[in-house]
Amino acid sequence: MKVNSSLCDICGTCVAVCPVDAIRVSEFCVHIEMDVCTQCGNCLQVCPARAITVEGDAS
Amino acid sequence: MSAREYDVVVVGAGPAGSITARFAAQGGAGVLMLERDREPGIPVRCAEGVSRAGIEPYIEPDERWIAARIEGARLHAPGGHFVDMTHVGTGYVLERRIFDTELANMALRAGAHLLCKADAVGLVHEDGRIAGVKYRHNGELRTVRCRIVVGADGVESRVGRWAGIDTAVALSDIDTCCQYTLAGIETLPNLCEFYFGNGVSPGGYVWIFPKGPDTANVGIGVAGHLAANKAPREYLDEFVARRFPDARINYIVYGGVPTACSPRHISEDGIMLVGDAARQVNPITGGGVVQGMVAGEMAGRTAAEAIKSGDVSRRTLKAYDKAWMKALGNTQRTMWSLKERFLKMDDERFNRLVSTFQKVPQEQFDLKSLFKEAIREDPKLVAEVARAFLVTKIRGK
Repeated sequence: MKVNSSLCDICGTCVAVCPVDAIRVSEFCVHIEMDVCTQCGNCLQVCPARAITVEGDAS
Repeated sequence: MSAREYDVVVVGAGPAGSITARFAAQGGAGVLMLERDREPGIPVRCAEGVSRAGIEPYIEPDERWIAARIEGARLHAPGGHFVDMTHVGTGYVLERRIFDTELANMALRAGAHLLCKADAVGLVHEDGRIAGVKYRHNGELRTVRCRIVVGADGVESRVGRWAGIDTAVALSDIDTCCQYTLAGIETLPNLCEFYFGNGVSPGGYVWIFPKGPDTANVGIGVAGHLAANKAPREYLDEFVARRFPDARINYIVYGGVPTACSPRHISEDGIMLVGDAARQVNPITGGGVVQGMVAGEMAGRTAAEAIKSGDVSRRTLKAYDKAWMKALGNTQRTMWSLKERFLKMDDERFNRLVSTFQKVPQEQFDLKSLFKEAIREDPKLVAEVARAFLVTKIRGK
């Protein structure tokens, strides 16, 4: 999972649906801890700004 | 900044956090609010509609934060019919940036302290007890000592998770939202509008909340489990192109609204959760400002009493959980069951429901007459609603 910081609005919707608490939000950015992430895809689906992509994905 | 110790640290200075801080400080507790952003109230992630009766116990009406006065709502069915509800209470569309600042100021006047640009990153434990909060401020990692931590840290709350309360929500229990503040449009004076339908907004609705004669918050919420293929902004663009083709977009904001069943477990030893952090939001309307304020008063009072008694364990703090469930939590659980029913409704059912409502005279537009009319028109729907209430009651026992 990768956060495109130019699209991200730092709204925190992704944090609420992360089942393993792998996402941190600060005033300026959202960070996904990849060693905790289980690649479930929840954050990707609910991100209203569509700022999260699967790493390596061309889109 | 001194390393002084507080009784209560509130993480987040939105409405829920500021009310908690106010009532805890009034009860004699030493209170610090930590706010991640530069000041309370920004950025605004809210449609800004509230009921008058809901907020007036907590703040005197003030023209500075009232953008518009609301007398009713217009509900649009997918088929194009609409029904006006003008006897269901009045409300305001707020200027949240001013409203939130005023609520924070009221907490400060009650004796609470506020530190902005303070990003909470974890709890301090000592001898198995909560002993403080770690936060980042000006690029520096700091600690503030306290006996109770209140998580008022919004939809993205992590305070509960740090304390072992699982606040994760299911995809079907979050609405993924996008809102424009439009200008150069014509709004209906004193009416909030809602558009339903699976083509307009799957599992949610589009709202138009007027902020003046030519400006409004126009937004959309789509149920998370139905949002895979199309982003909320794409639905919103289609809607705006149809309804307001000449509009100018002044602001764009994204956000998530929890529409979950009210959790019963919202305190732990030395920990309390309020507002969006405790998922205290009406799952049907998505409104949470009033819920957060009501919960904030209860949490603040309970925290102050716990500090006085010297016992900040869950044994004392769970009085807050119970007070919340009694005041609004149980109602929220009923609303959640109803939302689950609405999620399964197709557009045809929406159309039938609205034509049913159209037959009820305005002055009789209350729940009783609605049910009477609905039973006549669509007994099956009423049976489903009744079942939703019943299921909640059984679960509640």
